[in-house]
Amino acid sequence: MIEALIRVIGVSSIGLVLLIFAFLLREGVPAFLTTPLRGLFGTRWYPTFGFFGTLPLILGSILVTLTAVAIALPLGVATAVFVREVAPNWAREVLKPMIEVLAGIPSVVLGFFGITILAPLVREGLGTPTGLTAFTGSLLLAYMALPTMISVAEDALDAVPRSYRDAGLAMGATQWQTIWRVVVPAARSGIVTAVMLGIGRAIGETMAVMMVTGNAARMPITLNSLFMPVRTMTATIAAEMGEVAHGSAHYHVLFAVGILLFVFTFLINLAAASTIFQKRRRGGLR
Amino acid sequence: MAFGVLIVLACLAAGCRSSSGSGEGGSGAVQVIEDKGSDTLVNLALAWAEAYTEIRPEVRISVTGGGSGTGIAAMINGTVDIANASRAMKPEEIAEAEANGITPVQFIVARDAIAVVVNPENPVSELTLQQISDLYTGKITNWRQLGGDDRPVVLLSRESNSGTYVYFLENVVRMGEKESNLLFSPNTLLMSSSEGISAEIRQNPNTIGYDGLGYVTPDQKVIAVAQSADGPYTLPSVATVNDGSYPISRPLYMYTAGQPAGEVEAYLDWVLTEGQALVLKLGFVPLE
Repeated sequence: MIEALIRVIGVSSIGLVLLIFAFLLREGVPAFLTTPLRGLFGTRWYPTFGFFGTLPLILGSILVTLTAVAIALPLGVATAVFVREVAPNWAREVLKPMIEVLAGIPSVVLGFFGITILAPLVREGLGTPTGLTAFTGSLLLAYMALPTMISVAEDALDAVPRSYRDAGLAMGATQWQTIWRVVVPAARSGIVTAVMLGIGRAIGETMAVMMVTGNAARMPITLNSLFMPVRTMTATIAAEMGEVAHGSAHYHVLFAVGILLFVFTFLINLAAASTIFQKRRRGGLR
Repeated sequence: MAFGVLIVLACLAAGCRSSSGSGEGGSGAVQVIEDKGSDTLVNLALAWAEAYTEIRPEVRISVTGGGSGTGIAAMINGTVDIANASRAMKPEEIAEAEANGITPVQFIVARDAIAVVVNPENPVSELTLQQISDLYTGKITNWRQLGGDDRPVVLLSRESNSGTYVYFLENVVRMGEKESNLLFSPNTLLMSSSEGISAEIRQNPNTIGYDGLGYVTPDQKVIAVAQSADGPYTLPSVATVNDGSYPISRPLYMYTAGQPAGEVEAYLDWVLTEGQALVLKLGFVPLE
């Protein structure tokens, strides 16, 4: 009885994901049929005037996300190493829950912090024309991706057998050498998973990004693009979906952007999952 | 967007009174008028609703923002009685309404002037429409080109779904020319609320922005605008909008589904007559 119930619940959650995807396809596919592909992947996004070029939005999302991960990765791994390998037990007991709390801060609160404190700092500190830049968004996203990355990376370090550390130390390596030359490389695939999940978290984030990136749909292809405003896919959907006429070309294009976003996150999660499965098959470390 | 969606039952005070049983009519039926749309109009619509329920406690008016498009869509779907709009309905919206069996009726309820604003530190205080257009299309990129400091220009605009955005594009960037296909520079920052614009104007001396006159706060510097380089340069005010000397102003609309009747008709009549006294207080321009 209970077994059947759990099975129904498990299957229905997969069913729901499929239904959502079917809905996305139903609303988004007409965009690929009515708008020529060259228009859809053009460089101009002026939906009010029939220019539905999504390229600035796609590149904007990629720029902000990759920068965020580049910022978060060293911080996340260093924190995970500190919490797992260096910190004394009592500090670990305090730090772990605090990191979990970071994940609980609502993104709109972070966005507010970004717009009032971070943006002026970026403008004055880096001399950019405005503080609402891709970089400001990346800083916030890095902060938001950190808790996920730290806890996954920490689990990966935790799974490295004690014998590895003992062997390293017995060979005469210092604790530092053991960590960087033995433990971290052994946990490498777990850290890759952490990065993937961080990317997944960052690319889907909407509110904070919409508040601090300036939402200018410019092509981020010049060298200074990181320090210029940018418009992401998520912010575009959030800002425009509420006002769009149901069934119009703009409406379908917004769903098409949703499909792209779905495909991106799906591929990233798939990549993360495949690194986990590879390890399982080799029977190695988790 | 999200900032605009403040749902306020405007009749809190009045509603409490009638529920405490002082209504002499005794019929007890409270008529609710749903009023939704333009964020530009939302404060004015709220003030009207509050004042009206003072006089007619048996009528409740619920005012919601969300944007002109949202309000018109809701009117077409029949979920609201009145749609507020800062632009006229588009032909395709009218067609959609007629497909739904609805003939929208338009009322001009007030006028609005769009003010062009900069940071108070900016020495530039006068611009022609042509200069503003050149700024927003990205032809002018440094304030030095307009006699200001050597600073990059940061363009601020409302989101593309805002009625103010469309109005500004057609009448300022394209300078009212139907043939023109000029667009905002891709470097224009699109802000989802009036507050977003004023916050950035306040803290960044590089910025230029525009918004409804009713939303300009004292910490922004309003630019005097001229139709052409010969002047005269005019600051937006009630007087200059009404006599037509300020070049960037527009009507504000309310739409109903078909000719209004009953309480909705009475309310609109009041808005167009006694209600006009409130328009000034909210920074808009009353009808003559």
